[in-house]
Amino acid sequence: MTEFSIIGKPTAMVDAAEKTTGSGKYTDDLSVPGMLIGKILHSPYPHARIKSIDAKRAEALDGVVAIVVGRDAPNPYGILPVGHDEHALALDKARYVGDNVACVVAISESIAENALELIDVEYEVLPAYFDPEESMKAKTDLIHDNKPGNLEKDYHHVFGDPDKGFAEADHVAEARFIANEVTHAAMEPHSTLASFELDPHTGKMGRLTVWSSTQVPYYLQHKLSLVLEMPMSQIRVIKPLVGGGFGGKSEVIPLEIIAAVAARKAQAPVKITYTREEVFWAHRGRPRTIIDLKTGLKKDGRITAVKARVVQDGGAYCSYGVVTILYSGALLGALYDIPHIQYDGYRVLTNKPACGAMRGHGTVNVRFAFESQLDELAAKIGMDPAEIRRRNLLKPPCITVNGLRVQSYGLPECIEKTVERSGWKQRKGKLPNGRGLGIACSHYVSGAANSIIRSDMPHSTVNIKIDRDGGVVVYTGASEIGQGSDTMTAQVAAEVLGCSLARVRVIAADTDLTPIDIGSYSSRVTFMAGNATLRAAEDVKKRIAAAAAKKMGCAAEDILFRGDLVLKKGNVVPSVKRDRAEEAEVTQTGTSVSGRVEGQILRGSLQQKRKEEGPKEWMTFEEAVVAAIDFHGALTGTGSYAPPPEARGGKHKGGGVGPSPAYSYSAQVAEVSVDEDTGEVTVHKVWAAHDCGRALNPVSVEGQIIGSVWMGMGQALTEEMVWKDGMLMNAGMLEYRSPSSVESPEVEAIIVESIDPEGPFGAKECSEGSLAATIPAISNAIYDAVGVRLHESPFTPERVLAALRTKRNAKALNLTEGVDPTAPMRFREHGGVLCFKNKGPNRHALDPARREAPASVGGAD
Amino acid sequence: MKKELVELKVNGRTYELAIEPSALLLDVLRQDLRLTGSKRGCDESSCGACTVLVDGVAMMSCTLLAASCQGQEITTIEGVSEHGSLAAIQKAYGDWGGAQCGFCTPGFMMTVKSLLAENPDPSDAEVRMALSSNLCRCTGYSQMYEAIRSAIAAEQQGAISPK
Repeated sequence: MTEFSIIGKPTAMVDAAEKTTGSGKYTDDLSVPGMLIGKILHSPYPHARIKSIDAKRAEALDGVVAIVVGRDAPNPYGILPVGHDEHALALDKARYVGDNVACVVAISESIAENALELIDVEYEVLPAYFDPEESMKAKTDLIHDNKPGNLEKDYHHVFGDPDKGFAEADHVAEARFIANEVTHAAMEPHSTLASFELDPHTGKMGRLTVWSSTQVPYYLQHKLSLVLEMPMSQIRVIKPLVGGGFGGKSEVIPLEIIAAVAARKAQAPVKITYTREEVFWAHRGRPRTIIDLKTGLKKDGRITAVKARVVQDGGAYCSYGVVTILYSGALLGALYDIPHIQYDGYRVLTNKPACGAMRGHGTVNVRFAFESQLDELAAKIGMDPAEIRRRNLLKPPCITVNGLRVQSYGLPECIEKTVERSGWKQRKGKLPNGRGLGIACSHYVSGAANSIIRSDMPHSTVNIKIDRDGGVVVYTGASEIGQGSDTMTAQVAAEVLGCSLARVRVIAADTDLTPIDIGSYSSRVTFMAGNATLRAAEDVKKRIAAAAAKKMGCAAEDILFRGDLVLKKGNVVPSVKRDRAEEAEVTQTGTSVSGRVEGQILRGSLQQKRKEEGPKEWMTFEEAVVAAIDFHGALTGTGSYAPPPEARGGKHKGGGVGPSPAYSYSAQVAEVSVDEDTGEVTVHKVWAAHDCGRALNPVSVEGQIIGSVWMGMGQALTEEMVWKDGMLMNAGMLEYRSPSSVESPEVEAIIVESIDPEGPFGAKECSEGSLAATIPAISNAIYDAVGVRLHESPFTPERVLAALRTKRNAKALNLTEGVDPTAPMRFREHGGVLCFKNKGPNRHALDPARREAPASVGGAD
Repeated sequence: MKKELVELKVNGRTYELAIEPSALLLDVLRQDLRLTGSKRGCDESSCGACTVLVDGVAMMSCTLLAASCQGQEITTIEGVSEHGSLAAIQKAYGDWGGAQCGFCTPGFMMTVKSLLAENPDPSDAEVRMALSSNLCRCTGYSQMYEAIRSAIAAEQQGAISPK
């Protein structure tokens, strides 16, 4: 095994201190001189024609600078080229409660807020659609005139011969599953600051600079150019620190365009920051999904065929919808060996905020259905649920029936490790009543093999510059959003160049400075930006090696880079290497100015000493860099990455979504207990094994696995967007019930390294693939605990109790039948009583109850 | 609303400020004093990202009137680093992955600081209970517990122990 000096070691993020000291700047922390504040007026109706907007009273208010309306920027846009159905502000219709109608720009937030109330909008209220299956029947009052039946898109895929597959099956299971809507709720509310410069030549408004909380600076630049009718070169997008994305910032969010349009109209810099309620309206989360799933199985546990009909409640705009509905079908493949697949997917428009991409994009809800049904089938044939998954493994390298190329495949090891660590064999089925274990698997892409904007351009490009003193600067468009992208970039560059991490500085996500990377989504950054960094570092390393080889009188291929030294291969390093290593230690840990100065003095004397010694067997990194700059004139390197053609998938319609250069794999065992009196489910522990190819930074990989499992648990047990007539009933962090530390289980993250042949140092994704397995692992564990199958997520006490009651009555009941997603009863459960009872007051720091009795909640397990 | 003069003591320094009587502490810190380390994640004491210490007690500054804090010692995240270097808990959060996107981190720092001031050696359950006033969407909290344990160990040994 190759020995690495930087990668594979737990490394604190390069921006950790900025985050823990609060000195790091997020977009809302920024201000520029003369900056004004923008506030958006939202529609109070789910579907309404806007007959007139009268802003005279608002304009008259002291401190109001401008009122922006749809006509100020009428060009349509959308993240997908096939889905340009959004406008900065509504042109003729509002399509959901919260749709953007007008924007006030004022000298302060409170004045802007007051002005909002003075804008008179005349609406003609239209019939609205809230349920996707009802919405599909619509003949009149369509949400978008060009989408008959309110159908955004449907796909019908047949791979193999499903009828033959089901005919061969000994058992067939068929059921309807429903996964309710969830959202990212990233801690940082979206924020954008837009500022124009005056052009020195024309004297008019010229270049635009936009600071924004985005995962996709390049796409933002592209859409701004479209709406503002400015060339992309005149727009600079800068991504400051981003407080979490999870997909919610992976497309252009209305405020980003509105801020720029407002800055143009107000002729001054404008900042808009969403309130938490507005973040929920901006949404772009995981759609409510109805899955009718049928699976055929042979007695020996082999899957013969799968048929899925999937309906997604997409909300009022396309967003990433076409991609979501395709992922839901495509990622039925590439986990198990399924010979025949039929998929019918419907992405439906409704009068609610648009759904988009959320962690595990498209695959999560269908995976919940599939893994639950597989568990049911295992029970039917009396097979161990872990064993049935082993019986259906792929045999890579292979291409699945739906055209996905699989190379590295750590799933068998993931299953083995979780089974072993959780004590599955000894404990499964032997726990006391009310407590159970469940297993499930999942996978995800390491970046989409095809970009949203179809072209042959590289998906990521990286430039590296090295200065005379050996400082390495890496320029990458990749967007750090908390996942550790900048740290990964620094690690890869340092590993290739054999230098210490402290030498490397990463400049990221500024469209004026950094080459294009298409963004932080679909878990593509480590694989694609990592590979581009690797290639850029190899490029610059070749230049250094050429110059160093000349100095040392050997071939460039015989040069090694290690420990901040450049040496001849096979060379026994003199004792200086030890000093050097110690010195490297100093530069790595000592961040104070005096430490650096000492280091340089030491280096200077070393260089002097070396000059006197004569012919070189080795050089310091700086000496080699100086030699290279003297030799080449400048020391830069560049690298780019585009997925290979053979990984880009089948030729069928919609075949472009799902293919990836590599897939990550996950297997999980969840241990839960169910209170049969209250219906409350407690997750005690989750063992999660994830095949990430190679863990470049184990502490980050574990953090991503744990975070994914945790977010999956939220969707499984508590998180749900609750609607009433198109109004979101729980638009707050507590009401949405994001799990707090007392509700969060212990997660044992187990890293499995399958070393992918194409990943950077063999690495694949680690941030999304684990989420999808958690929901079915929990539902399967609930079955093991109390013998009921839950077909609708989240598994709230209400649903668990209903299932238990049905089981006791021994009466067959489809749990999802007759459940009205807008029933007020559920509103009361979420927003009214349960949420605040005993919980709200306890959370206050000064509440005496909290101080007296902190023990006993959670914790012990 | 007419502004009034108030005196606020923040991180050991006294500031005289003209603010509206209705101004919230979080807005005064972020906008008037440019101490942007305290974050706004909601507006209703749900998320804890705005947590500061008022006379040593962790309080959510998004629902606290600035004018009501006159005469009290306010400590924000900017006042946590000691003598130009990271406090043990700050270093530990970095090393153990307690911070991912970092937006909730300042709030957690203040909550942990207040917890450890009251109870220098809390049990796991006590740590969980204390942290439940703050929300994080990235970490699932697990690595925070490790960071806190390591910071406690470091404080006890008087130095940050290597991992």
